[in-house]
Amino acid sequence: MSSSGKLELPENVVVSRLDALANWCRKNSLWPMPFATACCGIELMATGASKHDLARFGAEVFRFSPRQCDLMIVGGRVVMKMLPVLQRIWQQMHEPKWCISMGACASTGGVFDTYAVVQGVDRFIPVDMYVPGCPPRPEQLIQAIIDLQDKIQREGTITGREFDTAGRQLRKRALVEIASPLSVDASRNPVLQRELAAEAEALSGRS
Amino acid sequence: MSFTPPPVADVLAAIADHFGPLETSVFRGQTRLVVPEQQSLELLAFLKDQGFNLLVDVSCVDYLEYRDPPMQMRACAGHRYGLIYLLCSTTTNQRLTIRVFVDDPEPTVRSVVSLWEAANWLEREVWDLFGIRFTGHPDLRRLVMPEEFTAHPLRKDYPLQGRGERHNFPVITRENS
Repeated sequence: MSSSGKLELPENVVVSRLDALANWCRKNSLWPMPFATACCGIELMATGASKHDLARFGAEVFRFSPRQCDLMIVGGRVVMKMLPVLQRIWQQMHEPKWCISMGACASTGGVFDTYAVVQGVDRFIPVDMYVPGCPPRPEQLIQAIIDLQDKIQREGTITGREFDTAGRQLRKRALVEIASPLSVDASRNPVLQRELAAEAEALSGRS
Repeated sequence: MSFTPPPVADVLAAIADHFGPLETSVFRGQTRLVVPEQQSLELLAFLKDQGFNLLVDVSCVDYLEYRDPPMQMRACAGHRYGLIYLLCSTTTNQRLTIRVFVDDPEPTVRSVVSLWEAANWLEREVWDLFGIRFTGHPDLRRLVMPEEFTAHPLRKDYPLQGRGERHNFPVITRENS
């Protein structure tokens, strides 16, 4: 502090908010999780390849493990057999995380208005950006990533919700309990029946 | 250049000797044979002995509200489901199409897994999508639809957009993920 009450900074020092700094880091180091199920996946690969070079925007590190990713790109139609997988992968990703719904099928079901195709993944997982097109050009996907970067810079850590790990686990567990009668039916699954029986036996032996 | 398989007159004659007259038709050099459900397994076993060692496909058609009798064949008029067995002989290159017609309420045929192991998943697919029960199949589970699915979606009386199965999932929001 100088005598006038103003903050004096040495040369080459910039003052910012921690939020802004963290968001700046996050938006420039997005690690995409490619959930590519159809032709959008080909455009997604083209986006990552040398001609369009997603590395210019810091988002070239595609990882195939949700634990290492913070941006899910859903490219292609998602059928009802795949949706539980999509939800599981989304829940396995760490906060903070974002989702891009790439192409007509992922966003609305596209032309596949049939019994097996989910009519838009945003019905069942949160989506931040929608990319129109069938399939979208790499430029469109890059534009979506740039827009998402703006969004990350604006929103980012303001709530600090990603640090509330314990609370989030509780909410997840509640969701699994809701989901379990639908997705896990022990009466038709002999493997699960054996596991449940072994578990019950172990519990009775312990008591 | 189109491929025309060798004629199967010798096989048809042998079949006629063993099983009596059966309805046949020829389309572009390919022979079809309609077999009653009661004789299907015996006839297919006989054909395997005749050298048809390759089961190419097992498929099915639902003729519900079909405009014309299927393929102008007399024997199948009025039946709902038409099973299709495509057979091939890898030694003589002969090909033969077998049609078996079954009906509601319990469309059932005997499984041919005992003859061709390849029929295992093909019959599971037909069971999954058409609800044709294959008696004697070692493991008749759904193949492509999810396990908890209850309908047979390629039946013509199943609505194209389903009965709401595609909407029947828990919703994950920002708050609970």
